[in-house]
Amino acid sequence: MPDNVTWLGTPAFPEAARTALGNNQLRTNLRKATGTIRDKRLAVTGELADWEQLRDAGAALKLRTLRHLDSHLVRLEEAVTKAGGTVHWAADAAEANRIVTELVRATGQTEVVKVKSMATAEIGLNEALAESGISAYETDLAELIVQLGDDRPSHILVPAIHRNRAEIREIFRGAMGEWGRAAPDDLTDEPRDLAEAARLHLREKFLRAKVAVSGANFAAADTGTVGVVESEGNGRMCLTLPETLITVMGIEKVLPSFADLEVFLQLLPRSSTGERMNPYTSMWTGTTEGDGPSDFHLVLLDNGRTATLGDEVGRQALGCIRCSACLNVCPVYERTGGHAYGSVYPGPIGAVLTPQLVGVADKQAASLPFASTLCGACYDACPVKINIPEVLVHLRARAVDEKRGPVPSPETLVMKAAAMTLSSPRRLGWAQRFGAIGGRLVSRGGRIGRLPGPLKRWSDTRDTPVPARESFRAWWQRTRGEGRS
Amino acid sequence: MTEHANDKAGTSAPVTAGGAPAARATILGRIRTALADVPASEQPDDVEVPRDYARSHAGSDHVALFAERVADYRATVTRARAREARKVIAGSLSARGVKSLVVPDGFPADLLPDENGLAVLTDEPPLSVRTLDAAGGVLTTCAVGIAVTGTIVLDAGPGQGRRALTLLPDYHLCIVRSSQIAEDVPEALERLEPTRPLTFISGPSATSDIELDRVEGVHGPRTLDVVIIEEP
Ligand code: SF4
Repeated sequence: MPDNVTWLGTPAFPEAARTALGNNQLRTNLRKATGTIRDKRLAVTGELADWEQLRDAGAALKLRTLRHLDSHLVRLEEAVTKAGGTVHWAADAAEANRIVTELVRATGQTEVVKVKSMATAEIGLNEALAESGISAYETDLAELIVQLGDDRPSHILVPAIHRNRAEIREIFRGAMGEWGRAAPDDLTDEPRDLAEAARLHLREKFLRAKVAVSGANFAAADTGTVGVVESEGNGRMCLTLPETLITVMGIEKVLPSFADLEVFLQLLPRSSTGERMNPYTSMWTGTTEGDGPSDFHLVLLDNGRTATLGDEVGRQALGCIRCSACLNVCPVYERTGGHAYGSVYPGPIGAVLTPQLVGVADKQAASLPFASTLCGACYDACPVKINIPEVLVHLRARAVDEKRGPVPSPETLVMKAAAMTLSSPRRLGWAQRFGAIGGRLVSRGGRIGRLPGPLKRWSDTRDTPVPARESFRAWWQRTRGEGRS
Repeated sequence: MTEHANDKAGTSAPVTAGGAPAARATILGRIRTALADVPASEQPDDVEVPRDYARSHAGSDHVALFAERVADYRATVTRARAREARKVIAGSLSARGVKSLVVPDGFPADLLPDENGLAVLTDEPPLSVRTLDAAGGVLTTCAVGIAVTGTIVLDAGPGQGRRALTLLPDYHLCIVRSSQIAEDVPEALERLEPTRPLTFISGPSATSDIELDRVEGVHGPRTLDVVIIEEP
């Protein structure tokens, strides 16, 4: 069964990255976009003198959530049900798709409007609905660009980050008419005009929509309050106007208490769009007579999350609040873009989340933890302090284990040693300097051939390039470090 | 808000109407297996959360800060004394050329401008989405303001109406009393009733989806005016 998290047919990361690196337009678009957002983020996080304390609180709250996930979910279910909502549980993508499809069918509708949601992209909901004759309209501007362009998202916050304004204009002119109101003939590539075209195109869909599907940024277990954080107002449209609202939420999104939002509503917008607050945040608790949908369904999705939870090192990836800061600071992402990861979740967080959700037996997913230089920029940027380099190294070891079978191979031992080294920046710096010297001592003609002792079998099967005189990390810090960007 | 200690999950949970009960048991079972390393005696509150972050980042004059931060989002902010408020509101509406105005139930009558040339739409009986879409603007109060982030929070209380009223018209004029302005996010959340439908508004609708360039005005009101009524 396809897992949906990764795209079938995507080559492993190295090959996909090579293709992406050949695309100059893509690299230009990405460099411009990630550079802009990095500066904005640093400006607004720098405004808060206690940013580090907020990060610590955010990390601890996620730990409190994950270590007692069962109890929070049961409390959430109780609170949502009491407030007039209905809670559904879905063990995997197929089950979630089935539940949503049946709920839409029960309304007799054949159209739904959608708010951008990673969870529904992960389960391939639009495709599943289409198979049942239900059209799902994406309403987030970037998702609309992706949908009309018959494309794939390449960023978790700005899915069309790989497209520039001229490309967007062409997509709108070419495809809007097939889906509804066509773009005006004289459409320019000014962002204001493009936004206006999207407003007009989607307005008629909002006004007649009877069913909406959303994701959720959080749900408070004590009150049953669910929230969506957005910019454009398409979220408000979907959450307010239709009669039926179906929200698909990963189980890890629950928060112990409504009051915990005082931390996340400060961390998320500043890390994500680099704003003090995003334009709109909607929160609702079950249903409210005379205001908004009269029928509310919350679908709690596992789909590999419990497997991730079972890994004591890897579980921290579930604390992700999908701010995308780690993508924007990643030197690999900036060059390859999101498509090379072949996953709904690209970038550093994707490299740790995807292989855990789908399992390291998947060759493409297993290649993702290697798509990193371990420079640590993602860890520094992460508002909930997910130690992405630590998880990457841990997953590399798991991927190697998987390849070798149950007997620990020298490769595994090396990876385990690497895990120890890489989990400490100080030790890593030391090892890199040592490696540069040690590697040169054993090399011949610029390659490292056979090594003695336990490394023999590993070096037997490959020639390793001699470590550079300067490690990538040192080079990066010297030439491209965040202080310089 | 207090967090009460829980029974170990699942023992007393209700069986819900929706979804296959099998999936619920499967997922909760998987979670418990996955968390085998968590001692059975540990309660959620045993996981300590350091709370040494600031409760507020506002300086001494949080009302001035609120005005400044709202204006940063390219909303127009006017500060007015109570007795001038009605005139200021009327001035904003005519400056924006608003001909038809949605006014929710419970909006203070003494702030309503004279109806000279202005069609006032009430939501009783509920206005259709088409009527709302065609309306020139909406005039509301709010529940809470947040100074540091320049945010207005609506909770569908008196003078605010149901959520659709502040969403479909292209122009929103929001009245904030200075006493409603909280210094920062933590204080604002304490003032709110979580179970009401809440909308946090920080500036007019915007998108950064095209080359990460902020463009005001996609689906929500493209113009936001805020009048702060100074209270002694
Ligand atoms: S891992 Fe951290 S930085 Fe990356 S998207 Fe998630 S929360 Fe943001």
